[in-house]
Amino acid sequence: MNKVVANADEAIKDIESGMTLMLGGFGLCGIPENCIAALVRKGVNNLTCISNNAGVDDFGIGLMLQQKQVKKMISSYVGENAEFERQLLSGELEVDLVPQGTLATRCMAAGYGMPAVYLLAGVGTEVAEGKEVRNFNGKDYLLEEAFDADFAIVKAWKGDRLGNLIYKDTARNFNPMMAMAGKITIAEVEELVEPGELDPNYVHTPGIYVHRIFQGSNYEKRIEQRTVRPRTPKGA
Amino acid sequence: MGYMALNKEQIAQRIARELKDGYYVNLGIGIPTLVANYIPEGVNVILQSENGLLGMGPFPFEGEEDPDLINAGKQTITTLPGSVFFDSAMSFGMIRAGKVDLTVLGAMEVADNGDIANWKIPGKMVKGMGGAMDLVAAAKNIIVAMQHTNRAGESKLLPECTLPLTGVRCITKVVSDLGVFDVTEDGFRCIEYAPGVTIEEIKAKTAGRLTIADDVKEMTF
Repeated sequence: MNKVVANADEAIKDIESGMTLMLGGFGLCGIPENCIAALVRKGVNNLTCISNNAGVDDFGIGLMLQQKQVKKMISSYVGENAEFERQLLSGELEVDLVPQGTLATRCMAAGYGMPAVYLLAGVGTEVAEGKEVRNFNGKDYLLEEAFDADFAIVKAWKGDRLGNLIYKDTARNFNPMMAMAGKITIAEVEELVEPGELDPNYVHTPGIYVHRIFQGSNYEKRIEQRTVRPRTPKGA
Repeated sequence: MGYMALNKEQIAQRIARELKDGYYVNLGIGIPTLVANYIPEGVNVILQSENGLLGMGPFPFEGEEDPDLINAGKQTITTLPGSVFFDSAMSFGMIRAGKVDLTVLGAMEVADNGDIANWKIPGKMVKGMGGAMDLVAAAKNIIVAMQHTNRAGESKLLPECTLPLTGVRCITKVVSDLGVFDVTEDGFRCIEYAPGVTIEEIKAKTAGRLTIADDVKEMTF
């Protein structure tokens, strides 16, 4: 069994225009930078992208938006991207805004083999429009369907040749449940190791969910909001 | 004249008094984030950041920022002893299951029945709801931090929200620049007013149903 591919271009070589992709990350934290760059190089378009955010104007999924590769975004928050807002208001881009927990859980449902789940978020709002409502124990819930993605593309900290993955800090976010949800899952990792090097107790994503893995390079890891505190306390 | 509303720091300071020892708390972006600076002495709370962290610490020292460690506002942060990371599904699982004791968030409008609108202005602003809809749908105790009026001076405490809703009948308290208001069956109930603000001003600037508590008092700082 060898899931290792040489690089991002090889990993995404059979992604075609019109497909549905899941892309991990929260803001610019934990995004699959190498695969996004490869998708931009490949020039596929008409994509439906499921991702919590849409990057910023010049990084992350924003790079794909610039090239007009995205037909539809399914996200919870897209506030950091002016080009996104422009394409949306002009009607060039479709968007389906989904509550963040619902987005995560619809990915999770796919990875657990559940076709749909009943969720509380959005009851009584426009999110509920067209959805089945069912009452459990006196409370209304919305029927939310699992996502169906051709490819899931995730970023992990460490991974082995069998596809077992470990994420770092809050770069975990949507990556584990998206990794479980793709028909084909591609993982890019900062450090690719041999089987046995990861402690089985601390693996977040079992390799059964991962089809292709490669060690990425030249990670920028941009920070969106650099916030710091002074080294010396005030008045010291 | 003599109108002295609270500034953002004071709104946060007042909300911090609602924190109780042992609470798990989710603070939204903006004024709610400032609440963390005023946690009363002797009160230990654990801050939940919905991108996957319990036990959020202060901002890092300059030069120690880690791009893999951010809060839900995408700001660089730190961990504390006992912090724990998890994925987004578990994060919203604990929110949905009612494990978070208090949620503080901002609003564009609130209604006197507890409705809240804070995610969309049709045709103008389409940033999305982020985690707000999940939080307001599930949290037991939701405090809204907001300005009492908009830039045109119109009330944001309304009989009914005009903007698309984030959640229905969910908020429990509003702390505005003018005062503190419980959300009751009879609408907003003013329990405290800001120093220098009169009840008449509050009445004039509250469009929703409003009652004044018998024991209403001036806020102290």
